[in-house]
Amino acid sequence: MGEAIVITSGKGGVGKTTTTANIGTALALMGKKVCLVDTDIGLRNLDVVMGLENRIIYDLVDVIKGRCILNQALIRDKRFDCLHFLPAAQTSDKTEVTPEGMKTIIKELKPDYDFILIDSPAGIELGYQNAVAGADRAIVVTTPEKSSVRDADRIIGLLEKEDLSHPPVLIINRIRNHMMKTGDMLDVDDIVTTLSIDLLGIIADDEEVIKASHHGEPVAFQPDTKASISYRNIARRILGEQVPLMALEENKGVFAKVKKFFGISSK
Amino acid sequence: MNKNKHAVTIKGTKDGLTFFIDDSCSFDQVIKDLNHKLSSSLMEKDQQLIRVNVQAGNRYLTREQENQIREMIRGKKNFVVHDIVSNVITKQEAMEWKKDSEITPVSKIVRSGQVVDVRGDLLLIGDVNPGGKISATGNIYVMGQLKGIAHAGANGDREAIIAASYMKPSQLRIADLISRSPDYETEGVHMECAYIDQDQEQIVIDRLQVLAKIRSYLSIAERRMANG
Repeated sequence: MGEAIVITSGKGGVGKTTTTANIGTALALMGKKVCLVDTDIGLRNLDVVMGLENRIIYDLVDVIKGRCILNQALIRDKRFDCLHFLPAAQTSDKTEVTPEGMKTIIKELKPDYDFILIDSPAGIELGYQNAVAGADRAIVVTTPEKSSVRDADRIIGLLEKEDLSHPPVLIINRIRNHMMKTGDMLDVDDIVTTLSIDLLGIIADDEEVIKASHHGEPVAFQPDTKASISYRNIARRILGEQVPLMALEENKGVFAKVKKFFGISSK
Repeated sequence: MNKNKHAVTIKGTKDGLTFFIDDSCSFDQVIKDLNHKLSSSLMEKDQQLIRVNVQAGNRYLTREQENQIREMIRGKKNFVVHDIVSNVITKQEAMEWKKDSEITPVSKIVRSGQVVDVRGDLLLIGDVNPGGKISATGNIYVMGQLKGIAHAGANGDREAIIAASYMKPSQLRIADLISRSPDYETEGVHMECAYIDQDQEQIVIDRLQVLAKIRSYLSIAERRMANG
């Protein structure tokens, strides 16, 4: 029986969709059966980030309205056989999806997958309620900005009222290390203290993420970028492994690396 | 009217028999005469099936009347009714025909999430952005960039085509067939058209010029009258 995890944030543009695509890819890389579900009716993006837009024939609303069966709407990823995707509708109205309808679909998906990742729309209205409806766990995504931390706090409050089996966990996205150091950005500790939930992972503000989504390929697929390692670490933590947070410092050239290697670094 | 005149005249052709129905007498008379002709026919037994065409002339036959004639001809002999042709259709049918064969010009940019759906042919002057969709029961002509989804022959017309000034669609659908863009980045093509290749049973894209050869009847306004 699989676990349904909703990825939400309240605020728009903090990286919910990117996070969904990448955690899904990272879990699939570890051989787990994963289904990504886009619930952002009318403003779907997950298909574009995954590079699967041209395969969509049926969507979530078609399934809910009974115009097709669930299996017809599921799209298999072009890279992994074990990664599937249920697209949102682009042309329908979001009122056509109800929390009950979502619950039924997630329930139907659970036996076939290890993880079901639900990408939530921004906001706290019906779209969000639909996304949360079938979920067992929740991941809240935020960036180190006051406004997005405020919205994350609001969402955590709402999530705590939901019937989830685990308390929500946090991902801090788009971290710029030098700005955190100079105090021009909230730092990780501040955010975790304010929100007082467990931290699942941090992700650096990495140009590779933008490049990858431009090419319709999640960054987690790449072997050695900072962001892809972070996403893979998050996937491992979801699977229950203990993985320390990645150091975000830029390496100051080969010499710094060597110093660290010999243990004579000043730190 | 002349009582001696036959309401139904039967003529033999190389394709079978043609029943000419007089269009100036009453329908009851037609039925009576048809009954008479069929029962007094000189046909010998053990004949092969014979194809029958019915020409109703300028008489309008309702569906019930058509069925009645069909039943009578089929029931009496080893006849097969091939077609019943009348020169007359109702205004409503004519309007439907017109709608199905009309070209609807639309001038707009179809953006993500928008749908343009027309009966008959669609002439879109503008672009279809990724995520946008246009569909028509007939052909689709796009003067602009087709980057979203286009569905021609939406009611099942496999002869329908999609033509565009610039094509880089995410999906092309014709009748019940679907083709999608390749997974690698492509440049897109200029002045091309998509149609169903009869031999391969799939959608192919070729230069616009081939249409003259493979769909020469595109230019004939009454083409769908022939197709029904």
